Amino acid sequence: MSLLTVDELTVTFGGRGRKESRAVDGISFEVDQGQVVGLVGESGCGKSVTSLALMGLLPAKGLTIGGRAEFDGTDLFTMSPSARRDLRGSEMAMIFQDPLSSLNPVVPIGVQVTEILERHRGMKGEAARKEAAHLLDRVGIPDPTRRLKEYPHQLSGGMRQRALIAMAVACAPRLLIADEPTTALDVTIQAQILELLKELVDQEGTALLMITHDLGVVAGLCDQVNVLYAGKVVESAGRRELFAHPTHPYAHGLLGSIPRLDAPRGEPLSPIRGSINDRIAWADGCAFAPRCDRYEMGCLTGTPQLGEPRAAGHQVRCVNPVLDDAKAEEVPA
Amino acid sequence: MSLLELDGVKVHFPIKKGLLFDRTVGHVYAVDGVSLKVEAGETYGLVGESGCGKTTLGRSVLRLVDITEGSVVLDGTDLAKLPGEEMRRFRRRLQMVFQDPLGSLNPRQNIESILSEGMIAHGIGKDQEERREKIKAILDKVGLPSNALARYPHEFSGGQRQRIGIARALVLEPDVIICDEPVSALDVSVQAQVINLLEELQEELGLTYVVIAHDLAVVRHISDTIGVMYLGSLVEEAPSDALYAEPKHPYTKALMSAVPVPDPEVEDKRERILLTGDLPSPANPPTGCRFHTRCPWAQAERCATERPQLRDVGGGHRVACHYAEDIASGKLRLPKGEVVSATREGVDDNPESNTEAEDAPAKVPAQAKKVSKASKDEKPAKTEKKPEKAEAAKADEAEEPEKAV
Repeated sequence: MSLLTVDELTVTFGGRGRKESRAVDGISFEVDQGQVVGLVGESGCGKSVTSLALMGLLPAKGLTIGGRAEFDGTDLFTMSPSARRDLRGSEMAMIFQDPLSSLNPVVPIGVQVTEILERHRGMKGEAARKEAAHLLDRVGIPDPTRRLKEYPHQLSGGMRQRALIAMAVACAPRLLIADEPTTALDVTIQAQILELLKELVDQEGTALLMITHDLGVVAGLCDQVNVLYAGKVVESAGRRELFAHPTHPYAHGLLGSIPRLDAPRGEPLSPIRGSINDRIAWADGCAFAPRCDRYEMGCLTGTPQLGEPRAAGHQVRCVNPVLDDAKAEEVPA
Repeated sequence: MSLLELDGVKVHFPIKKGLLFDRTVGHVYAVDGVSLKVEAGETYGLVGESGCGKTTLGRSVLRLVDITEGSVVLDGTDLAKLPGEEMRRFRRRLQMVFQDPLGSLNPRQNIESILSEGMIAHGIGKDQEERREKIKAILDKVGLPSNALARYPHEFSGGQRQRIGIARALVLEPDVIICDEPVSALDVSVQAQVINLLEELQEELGLTYVVIAHDLAVVRHISDTIGVMYLGSLVEEAPSDALYAEPKHPYTKALMSAVPVPDPEVEDKRERILLTGDLPSPANPPTGCRFHTRCPWAQAERCATERPQLRDVGGGHRVACHYAEDIASGKLRLPKGEVVSATREGVDDNPESNTEAEDAPAKVPAQAKKVSKASKDEKPAKTEKKPEKAEAAKADEAEEPEKAV
């Protein structure tokens, strides 16, 4: 059985007089022990809301969560708030995108790390401080005892992200959710952080749910990739299968619109037209239809279902998928 | 002669201290001696990480920050010495497109007002009627509907706002447009639209671009020449293809190897040169070569004491490294452990291939083909573990038969 099973998760904001907006519209995926699963999509596709809903970090006001999410057999959404608190930080932990705004600026790093150890592992005083120094050392922060006394603004961006990772792995969680962990960082620092995450997954067998918009990061890190569009998974496959045969027109278009460092120069990119605002409700048809080059009448007759038009385990939500391999041939091996 | 020439440009910001009297206690050496030439009709790309001074350099060309030393010559006129009013008039020929399209457009001005402001300041068009006609033509060029005129910035999507920013630069018919991170605030699918638009406009209007960005792939895609900056100075400059084919400066090598490529096949084969540590403070830059504190190839002598100058190593390829030739020819080798294989599985379940991956890069880039061959051999072990990957590999069977075994 999978460590985390998400089944038809929906998240709706608003209500009570205000217009409802559905950020997540029925997302299902599974994460196994030691597996890296990617949620990929552009801004507004619901990837961050999914992660916050799983962690129980969304503001309760005006929030409606539907569907099920089971962590190790227990339903996260029916759990008591105190049981949820015990789970959060110890069994499942999260790494946020912007390390500066997710660290408390007026509290030294050391206090922020030992706080977790005190809450979840019952450590106190010197023992907690030693363990905190050990954690910082493990994520590659030089001179950890000195750093414990410093405030977030005294650390560089990469160092802050490392401190955040140290806090997330303090209780050896079984599931780590990383929401755009490298977006705010420079590429050379990004490479360091990705390397660190790989190490954690390999050595500890931690399951990692990687949320990102960067297909390059996904290609190097994720075992299973879910491409989201407007709150639904439109394509889900193993990373090799996905990148070799992007089958949903959106995933296909996305790969065609990224300038690649190793591609021959001089060819114009093939962008997807319009923007994410040009969409229709999933209930009426395919949300991507207004931007799609392969649009046909069938796209507007109800929600397209996930199918496996190409290979087993490669799920695509499209009535007119890209099955010819023109794109695969274009890309030099 | 080149259209735009920068010679020894320095921008130093004083660090002030003191309650009553400002004492200058030091300087931030944001840009520290940059010389480059931009030819008419070409695109010059400036890349580097945050804090390397690329944005400050771009702004100094327009004199949006004061130049401490050096000259910026546009078409024979030294902008660094122009008095205020003349400089203001000169800015018509030099325009800028900013990174954050929402932050650089006044939310209380409608599009017509935003676009005509510059025209009024520079005396273009007799009356509003004439200006409106011109604006309509430009809006059409950048792919916005003409009913956009009466609308406000918040009514547009991010990509459209960036188009407005480009239109604002275009209405003044500039010679050079400086684009500071033109697409980094946009989603990937929209990025491509804006990149294509910039390229089309260049072709149609013969524009010259200076594109400043941190994304190497974007810069390589649109630039003819690329300059790589590190801590206030250029460390390497080369034609776009040459730079990608054979980066010569250690920093460029590390930067290139760190950029993730959206292709698992490529990602699994390559090795990353991991830089240790962070960018040193530009207020207190290292002596000698600015990069020697993080450089895996750094030597005991020269690197720490003598600052390397940009020198031509053939084919228009300029490098600021004392040992560029030695590194290229393999005389200088990378110490072990500086390079990691990008493959996750390789590290975990195949200790043999792991040591191989660490050894291989020591054979240096001249033998890079060998490296990729070595990691290809690891593949069969991996495909056993992951059945779905074996399927994916079948597509490439024709070229790499050993993989699908």
